[in-house]
Amino acid sequence: MKHSLTLRIGPVGFRIGSAWRGPIDALAALYKGYPAPEDGICDFTVRLEPEKPWRRWLRPSVAIQGDYVLPDAAPMALAHGLLAAEMGMNLQMALGQKSWLLLHAASVEKDGRALILTGESGAGKSTLAALLGERGWRLMGDEFALLDPESGALHPFPRAVSLKNGAIRVMEGEVDSARFGPRLEGTPKGAIRHLRPNAQALARMDVPASPALILFPRFGEAAAARAVGPAEIFMRLTQASTNYVALGQAGFDALTRLVATPAAAIDYPDTASAVDLVETLWAEAA
Amino acid sequence: MSAGRLLVSALRDPGSLADPDWSALIAAARAEQLLGSLAERLRNHALPRKTTQILAAARRESAHQRTRALWEAEMARRALAPLGVPVVLLKGTAFHAANLAAAAGRSVGDLDILVPRERMAQVEAALLAAGWERMKEADGYDDLYYRRWMHELPPLIHRDRDRMIDVHHTILPPTARPTPDARALIADSVALESGLRILAPADMVIHAAAHLFADGDLAGGLRNLWDIDRLLRQFDSAAFRAQLAARADLHQLRRSTARALRLAARLYGSPIDRGLAGRDRIADRLFEARLLARNGWGQPRRPLLRFAFYVRSHWLRMPPAMLARHLWVKARR
Repeated sequence: MKHSLTLRIGPVGFRIGSAWRGPIDALAALYKGYPAPEDGICDFTVRLEPEKPWRRWLRPSVAIQGDYVLPDAAPMALAHGLLAAEMGMNLQMALGQKSWLLLHAASVEKDGRALILTGESGAGKSTLAALLGERGWRLMGDEFALLDPESGALHPFPRAVSLKNGAIRVMEGEVDSARFGPRLEGTPKGAIRHLRPNAQALARMDVPASPALILFPRFGEAAAARAVGPAEIFMRLTQASTNYVALGQAGFDALTRLVATPAAAIDYPDTASAVDLVETLWAEAA
Repeated sequence: MSAGRLLVSALRDPGSLADPDWSALIAAARAEQLLGSLAERLRNHALPRKTTQILAAARRESAHQRTRALWEAEMARRALAPLGVPVVLLKGTAFHAANLAAAAGRSVGDLDILVPRERMAQVEAALLAAGWERMKEADGYDDLYYRRWMHELPPLIHRDRDRMIDVHHTILPPTARPTPDARALIADSVALESGLRILAPADMVIHAAAHLFADGDLAGGLRNLWDIDRLLRQFDSAAFRAQLAARADLHQLRRSTARALRLAARLYGSPIDRGLAGRDRIADRLFEARLLARNGWGQPRRPLLRFAFYVRSHWLRMPPAMLARHLWVKARR
């Protein structure tokens, strides 16, 4: 590939190649300070290629390719090349990760104990995790949490946090502007801006934590919390995992162990009350 | 060295790997759907920690694929059992169901079965009743094209399990010049304990060769040829060699079979019968180049050569006027 970059996020090595320089430069800036893959060996390859040969120059159109692809994924504008690279890395994890039980969840850590936040897109898990990550917690990741099927430990996967629409302003008020990527307008999910995790999150990306509390946040309702039992946790987490079935017995065992963790569903009207709720429930769980 | 070549030498002789570009090897193996097979070949070799981890994950994946493939075969068996039709498993599912050496790490996508042509309608009805659904619009161009000209039904997909089944009545399209003896394929198939059947060993090799050289454009060819290598090694004997020659003639597939043997020997060092394989041909180099056209990013290389093989695959499958009409319809979509 003409332009490329390798980097390691938690235990996973990535190699991203591109027909254009732009997406690679944007990615390199966003992931400044990330380590190289172990022994230079990459788990996954992502390629950003023109949809058709002439679409490299003429109305450039970025197709996301790689080890694993979705056959009907629509190509993107070159201006959204950074997003394409991010989506490409997500795809490799979602479709190809077989070493850990993959939970579509954000996670943060305190005192070696992990808080898992999981819910549908728009539930606010990225914003909450990013915010907690600046307020005394360590950010482990905002998109995927990796559960070790043998030890039951949660591994960090601290990618750049993908902030959408209103969440961008919330975090811009909180964090130094040097840690932000470019603001991408008009993506399928509206405006998106990526945030590089802080130095602590980077420095400790190889340190796992044991799950201590699971929260299922929901944005847009009056503040409330409701305890969630093991059966519901199990159901919700099988839906939140892309490789639960593929891991077979190991996946079942890992999830069965995880459902013993205290859990609650929380509603919140704004981020301030969400943070309060989280801190209260965390104190109760401890 | 091309990544295709690197992959082939890793499969052929894992001991020869001295500090290769692992990222390139892994990407090429994934693109050729051979990572599981590679993981099995490298099982007892000292490797970097990261590679060990990636290959362990690949083994987990192929174990899962095996379970799914065998379950899908069992589902088809249950759906078709009341008909009393012989159901012959083909390709990857057959290797797994019979525990052949070719199954080690073998990925499996769709379920392919062979049934007698005169029972196709009943088989299709039974599958539809058991939850499989049509993917192609009924009576659309593709649907009619399959029914009229192909050696298989239009693909069906199961509504709950999302798995595809291809129901064949022979191993090459009726429009292709060779006409394999479908009755003999079924008559000499071998029953498994489950009641499902697999092709006789020689027919299995010939089917893989036909699939590779007489039907397809060599996409996925390295995996296909690896199947052939594993089968040749497992069954090699004087009796098998004689069988292979006789059956290749019976099915009018001597040329494809001979080419498969030559290329398997060339790339993977397979034990072959030189009498059947014949001397190397100039064109073998083109086939080899096509098979190895993959770079370390997992990208296909040599677009012109690929296109030539694509055209060739259609040329072999249909007479010229039909080919022109077919490509015209396809191009206008």
